[in-house]
Amino acid sequence: MIKYIIKRFLMIIPVIIGISFLLFSVMELTPGDPARLILGETAAQSDVDALREEMGLNDNFFVRYVNYVVNALKGDFGNSYITGLPVSTEVISKFPATFKLAVTAMLIAVIIGIPIGIISAVKQYTIIDTVSLISSLIMTSMPGFWLGLMLILVFALKLDLFPVTGGDTWMHYVLPSVTLAASTMAILIRMTRSTMLEVIRQDYIRTAKSKGSGESRIIFKHALRNALLPIVTVIGINFAVQLGGSMIIENVFAIPGVGSLMIEAVKMKNTPVVLASVIFVALLGGLVNLAVDILYMYIDPRLRSQYVKG
Amino acid sequence: MINQEMFGNATKTKAKTSTKKRSQIKSIWFRYRKNKLAMFGLILLGIMIFCSIFANHFADYEADAVSQNMNARLLPPDSEHIFGTDQYGRDMFARILFGSRISLSVGLATVAFSLTVGALIGAAAGYYGGRVDNILMRLMDILLAIPGLVMAIAVVAALGPGLINLMIAMGMARIPQFARVVRSAILSVKGQEYIEAAKACGTKDARIILKHILPNAIGPIIVQATLNMGTAILGISSLSFIGLGIQPPTPEWGSMLSDARSQLRYYPHLVIIPGIAIVLAVMSFNLIGDGLRDALDPRLKN
Repeated sequence: MIKYIIKRFLMIIPVIIGISFLLFSVMELTPGDPARLILGETAAQSDVDALREEMGLNDNFFVRYVNYVVNALKGDFGNSYITGLPVSTEVISKFPATFKLAVTAMLIAVIIGIPIGIISAVKQYTIIDTVSLISSLIMTSMPGFWLGLMLILVFALKLDLFPVTGGDTWMHYVLPSVTLAASTMAILIRMTRSTMLEVIRQDYIRTAKSKGSGESRIIFKHALRNALLPIVTVIGINFAVQLGGSMIIENVFAIPGVGSLMIEAVKMKNTPVVLASVIFVALLGGLVNLAVDILYMYIDPRLRSQYVKG
Repeated sequence: MINQEMFGNATKTKAKTSTKKRSQIKSIWFRYRKNKLAMFGLILLGIMIFCSIFANHFADYEADAVSQNMNARLLPPDSEHIFGTDQYGRDMFARILFGSRISLSVGLATVAFSLTVGALIGAAAGYYGGRVDNILMRLMDILLAIPGLVMAIAVVAALGPGLINLMIAMGMARIPQFARVVRSAILSVKGQEYIEAAKACGTKDARIILKHILPNAIGPIIVQATLNMGTAILGISSLSFIGLGIQPPTPEWGSMLSDARSQLRYYPHLVIIPGIAIVLAVMSFNLIGDGLRDALDPRLKN
């Protein structure tokens, strides 16, 4: 099993190399000279040329890409064009806010979404089921940033319960987390409902019923455990999607996270920061997917035994 | 004599397949029609398409939606401006109307772009299998590993904001989805006898893929394309909202929201109305996509 985990871990590496190559070549198309950007419009051409030489911008594309990867593996993603600070420290300093946001959002989505999905399945075609399905439909169709603005309008401006923007206290994270959770929650409701409906029709559920088990025991002990596998997959996939969504939500609530850093960097054409942020988010997404795969084996004994033998 | 008989047979089978095809579409429509939510989605989309085509009959693009009119700033909704006016005195109703053109057309272009590229990649991977499949699908995995929005932001960062660049940025992130759908659809029909028959007749690979395989795999592709219209419209508005998509003064729902953000406290209708427009547009595609999926594959519905 450890062999499998190591193998999966190593598979992240080509993905990261692919992403960095893709982005590096796309960034190559960017008009504008980084050296000119750093020194400003008024700098003398000779200074710009000197800096270009120093930064290695005159080398050919592949040499620069290989240099970038080698340095990145050592943890050096270059320096920000704007602040001059190492990019890795900048990204890492913004990381906790983004991570906190993504994790609380996922917790909210799971804690609310899965129970609603179960209730929907158990009480299929009742009013509860209809309401939960329609609200999940609306939640998947809603832009996250707009939901954020609406929550600000109601809970921060009208009711004055939460602060509008910023990222200092836990109160600041309530509205953004709920905002970010909405779409995942909607997906979880639908997913839990449909897998539960499938599982409930299986023979072993009928067996359990005929043996006289109580309803809640059947649902939690027999049905949910078997329905959990596809639900966990959805959680894993959506974690990466949420990381992407948090880029925008951070902007709405002015949370100082990787997203705000990245959008700012895009506007300023601060290429090293953009590259590092994207690689960082992709790496995180890859690690979460790996974690989900490992979790799989604990949930599904069939898979576990497969890997123990092999 | 023999020739005539063969000819006769051929036309007969042709007639048969064509009636069968029509009845299949009919039965899909029959199943689709029974789904109330899906019909609601279709009506919503119909209204939206109507509005975007005939937008210039209700309002004037230059005068109402783009040019600023400082005498009529921030008016509340009334009989003359049914959605009120924004902070530059532009009629909100006109901007919403013309915004639907942008959302629909950029959404459509995005999906068309990613569908074409994705279908070609998926078709090649599924049809040839082996090493081609392996290389192409690993490439798709790489694209898929980047969250779509992050990817789009990065591409816009490189190409700069603008209509075409936005379309490419949004489309890039969607290629793997279509490649996967097309690949699996092709794998499911690849082993069928009529493909072998076509091969035995010496038909070229490209023709087999386009003529014999894709039409039989079209269902899941249409569903995927419809659902992607919804997410593409969401993505366009998100990018425009953070200032990386459609640039002002072009009326786009996301950039309208970005403009109206600062007015949230005192003029909330400026934020509420464009948001509802986005929700309705995205919802119509989601409903149609779900409805089509159920109608195309009745087994899925329990």
